[in-house]
Amino acid sequence: MAVLVLSEAEWAIIGLSLRVSLVAVAAVLPPAMLLAWVLARCDFRGKILLDALVSLPLVLPPVVTGWLLLLAFGANGPLGRLLDEYLGITLIFRWTGAALAAAIMALPLMVRAIRLSLEAVDRRLEGAARSLGAGPWRCFASVTLPLTMPGILAALVLGFARSIGEFGATITFVSNIPGETRTLPLAIYNALQVPGGEAAVTRLAIISVLLSLAALTVSEVLARRAGGGRAGHVL
Amino acid sequence: MSFEVDVSLRRGEREIAARFSAGEGLTALFGPSGAGKTSLLDMVAGLLRPDRGRICVSGTVLFDSAARIDLPPEQRACGYVFQDGRLFPHRRVRDNLLYGWKLAPAGRRWLEPDAAIAFLGIGHLLERMPRSLSGGEAQRVAIGRALLSGPRFLLMDEPLASLDAARRDEIMRLIERMRDEFGIPILYVSHDRAELDRLAAAVIPVG
Repeated sequence: MAVLVLSEAEWAIIGLSLRVSLVAVAAVLPPAMLLAWVLARCDFRGKILLDALVSLPLVLPPVVTGWLLLLAFGANGPLGRLLDEYLGITLIFRWTGAALAAAIMALPLMVRAIRLSLEAVDRRLEGAARSLGAGPWRCFASVTLPLTMPGILAALVLGFARSIGEFGATITFVSNIPGETRTLPLAIYNALQVPGGEAAVTRLAIISVLLSLAALTVSEVLARRAGGGRAGHVL
Repeated sequence: MSFEVDVSLRRGEREIAARFSAGEGLTALFGPSGAGKTSLLDMVAGLLRPDRGRICVSGTVLFDSAARIDLPPEQRACGYVFQDGRLFPHRRVRDNLLYGWKLAPAGRRWLEPDAAIAFLGIGHLLERMPRSLSGGEAQRVAIGRALLSGPRFLLMDEPLASLDAARRDEIMRLIERMRDEFGIPILYVSHDRAELDRLAAAVIPVG
């Protein structure tokens, strides 16, 4: 069973993958909630376009998404130059860039999950809260947000799972640099290219399965708690 | 005058319009289903904006299209009892009851939670979740929630509609007591003439 013992380098890969995914999901949650709100509640010209734009990473070949990120955030890209000049931040070939790629890929799934549960909230309950003296923000925090919580939790888990598995956009945008951007899928891909790498592939693949299972279990537990046994499944 | 209402609202092909003023006690809006009675209550509560008109309750202007006054619902101090109860499904009965009470300025509260709970006979329900309540229980909690928010007037939208005969009588007696003991103006919607003969000081036909 020695084949199942992880090397130090493999532990580092897992740590990096977790860091990239957690940062990606945490960073993308606020914009995902805002977009879900806008798409669920607002009516405006160009809404279809916004909806399509948000969903684009879902249907685009991930390599293309990575290439677009490269164009935008590369050394000569407009956003990349702005970040570098004003904040001294470089994303390309860094783990932060991998997090950005994962965030972009997770965004459409998260927006969808949150939007669905937001649309399922009975808006007449919000009317009741307002007539009982709650201003718009308190109404949101005390009624809308708790009733949307199962969807938000589902979004977090979906986003995390998507981020952990992110491959195409990441390898295109930030390459496959050991210790910096080589996350689990990239490491598996790399091990497959190396003669005699099968043992490493097996170990890393098992880790991937376990991480995904853990994420699903956590979401189930959280959803039950949030729902008080009401179990509002979105997916 | 308790209620002075003169509003109109066009929704597609439908025109909802009403003009009435009403004195003390319980005033009923009476008419067939679909005549726009609920829409009128929503307009008084601030949940639906009329195209034009004026709404004034006990001397306070809540809406006036000419003067560009449109108080948001949370500033209208109305206790709205919805037809379906509309309790918050994620909060226990106790938290539903106290929702408006906690938000109301201390000076506007005129009923203490203990008194409301005793009046409505819902002490044994406080730790329950709304989905486990029967129709009559839910309606009593909804009435308590509205009363505790420190309202200056009550809006009641067919509060008896979803109840069986025994529960109807029980809630009707509660409403009579509210009307007589609390002396708060009530605007009441129903399509049941017998119910109104018993409760209402004035009946305004709608539709």
